[in-house]
Amino acid sequence: MSEDYRKMWEDLGLDLEAHDQLLAVIPQMYGDVYMSQKNRPEGMSYLDFVMSEIHGLRVKELLDLKAAGGKVVGAFCLYVPEEVVLAGGAACVGICGGADWGAAEAEKVLPRNLCPLIKSFMGFKLTKVCPYFESSDMIVGETTCDGKKKTYEVLGEYTNVHVMHTPQTKDESSSKLWLEEVKKFKETMEELTGNTIDAAALAQGVATVNAKRAALRRMNEARKASPVPISGKDALLIEQVAFYDDPVRFTQMINKVSDELEQRIADGTGVAPADAPRILISGCPMAIPNWKMHHIVESTGAVIVGEEACIGHRYFRDMVDESPSDLEGELTAVADRYMKLDCACFTPNKERLENIMQLVKDYNVDGVIHYALQFCDPFTVEYNSVERTLKEAGVPVLKIETDYSMEDAGQLSTRVEAFMEQIKEMQGAIV
Amino acid sequence: MFVGIDIGSRSIKVVALNGEGIADYNIVDTGFNPHERSLELIKPYNAQKIVATGYGRHFAREDFADSVITEIKAHGVGSHYLFSNCRTIIDIGGQDSKVIALDERGRVADFQMNDRCAAGTGKFLEIMARTLGFSLEAFGSESLKADKAVKVNSMCTVFAESEVVSLLAKKEDPRKIALGLHQSIVERVSSMLHRVGITDDIVLSGGVGRNPCIKKLFEQKLGRTLYRYENPEIAGALGAALTAREQS
Repeated sequence: MSEDYRKMWEDLGLDLEAHDQLLAVIPQMYGDVYMSQKNRPEGMSYLDFVMSEIHGLRVKELLDLKAAGGKVVGAFCLYVPEEVVLAGGAACVGICGGADWGAAEAEKVLPRNLCPLIKSFMGFKLTKVCPYFESSDMIVGETTCDGKKKTYEVLGEYTNVHVMHTPQTKDESSSKLWLEEVKKFKETMEELTGNTIDAAALAQGVATVNAKRAALRRMNEARKASPVPISGKDALLIEQVAFYDDPVRFTQMINKVSDELEQRIADGTGVAPADAPRILISGCPMAIPNWKMHHIVESTGAVIVGEEACIGHRYFRDMVDESPSDLEGELTAVADRYMKLDCACFTPNKERLENIMQLVKDYNVDGVIHYALQFCDPFTVEYNSVERTLKEAGVPVLKIETDYSMEDAGQLSTRVEAFMEQIKEMQGAIV
Repeated sequence: MFVGIDIGSRSIKVVALNGEGIADYNIVDTGFNPHERSLELIKPYNAQKIVATGYGRHFAREDFADSVITEIKAHGVGSHYLFSNCRTIIDIGGQDSKVIALDERGRVADFQMNDRCAAGTGKFLEIMARTLGFSLEAFGSESLKADKAVKVNSMCTVFAESEVVSLLAKKEDPRKIALGLHQSIVERVSSMLHRVGITDDIVLSGGVGRNPCIKKLFEQKLGRTLYRYENPEIAGALGAALTAREQS
């Protein structure tokens, strides 16, 4: 990234010294994890460029939008209706929460034994190193889990936070509550931006986000092929960047990647041999730059064919119905789409088990790695039913509970390698 | 000769196989230079093929080993060779503990491994033995002399050590404290055992397999006999050597 951005970062109020340290780490990490891969699709050069400009060009675009009177909304969760944010003429960005950064600062206001994602975003805020955080005019939180819900109270002391009340069951009263929350959020967006969100504006927002989700679906469709034309690491990166890139440009670029992937399938080109174990990762979101698990798994020669997670299938599986033409109908369609999400914060959550089994079948999965962040109660507890469902179907499953630090990398590698041995021996038995 | 080498955190084990069975084996401390130690260990054997396992397996592959397998597979293969009816393995090594379930043909069907710290492993026992003034060899047999246990609450090696020191200051019998420490390890590993499930014979593998108190406490808790090879620490190296023979 060029020096030209220093003034921009300084004006944003970043701690330049700490920010320099952060920016020195990322290229090294990216080089080790990404540039070491062989036979990557050429279209990934766009993602390389986005990563090289991670705190540069995109931030500049957001600041240009603000200078022109637009607003920036930051979010951490799939429940924040991006369609409504775009309808207000604002930009929606996912806030950094995937690195072991600022933990000591975060622990001044948060307990030690807390989800690393929550600690990470609080650390980024308190150490003033995330330009997306600092550019945001409003942060939208949600009541998905206890850790986040209570942390938004603390975060509210530092920045403008709007919390959406997400339900935890899927009955009629919950749907009603959620529709009310979506309407309230629309009003909040109108107040923030000064723009009226009418039927046409919301239809546009819905169309843009649906197109983005469709592009991600198409890219993932290619991962069903054998040999797989794209690595799990590259696919994860695309799914991560989806949360903060310009949605229209991102959609175009990812469709170009998919053109290439489809050509690769026709040519029989893959990133791993056709007999490489096909792994599904299921569980907690992996926020950028959390590539730890994918790197460990793919370093053993296996290939990840899907992320059953918020940064993954949960983000693009369901579309908003575009048929309503009146505002009330559109808002209901938006709310309905979000009620289909199968996050572990719901009870009961049988849909998730069904969706996992569907992915196992569609993507010809040899084994599932259940990935949970430490102290994530919803996902660590729900593991029991995931394990039972998979074992009953004869699908090998490995449970991993970890954080962003690398101190357990050696042990994780051993467990993942042993899991691959187990899968290969089972495959050997079938042949 | 087919050679298996298990480069562990505390010791390096080597097993040499010929067509008939175990021709030779050796165990040395890992020391400060595991690489050099490993090379010395394999030198005497005119190895046709070498398979490495243990935490040092990857550096071995870069240098002298033909292939690598994980400790989990190695202990599975080794234990199944020694005890053909073995379907469950408890392996407590220097810095990790694992429970492995095998299918009827001896292949790994499932496993559990401790997460990140050394609680409930050989290293934990080693430090506790030293704190209580026992030799590692006598630690298990001395514990068995206690008529009842003093509970040690902490499983963290560092906190448990200070807890033990304060129990000693209260003039508690070191043997009773020792029994309490053994119990806490058995409790911890048992939870992994229940997750994996028990089928047929259970084999106690790894260096901690030598400890008679651990064996007895497991047997009391589970109500069944645990099988143990005379040199339990070489089961992993044996599994690697068997894999070398099979791959040839």
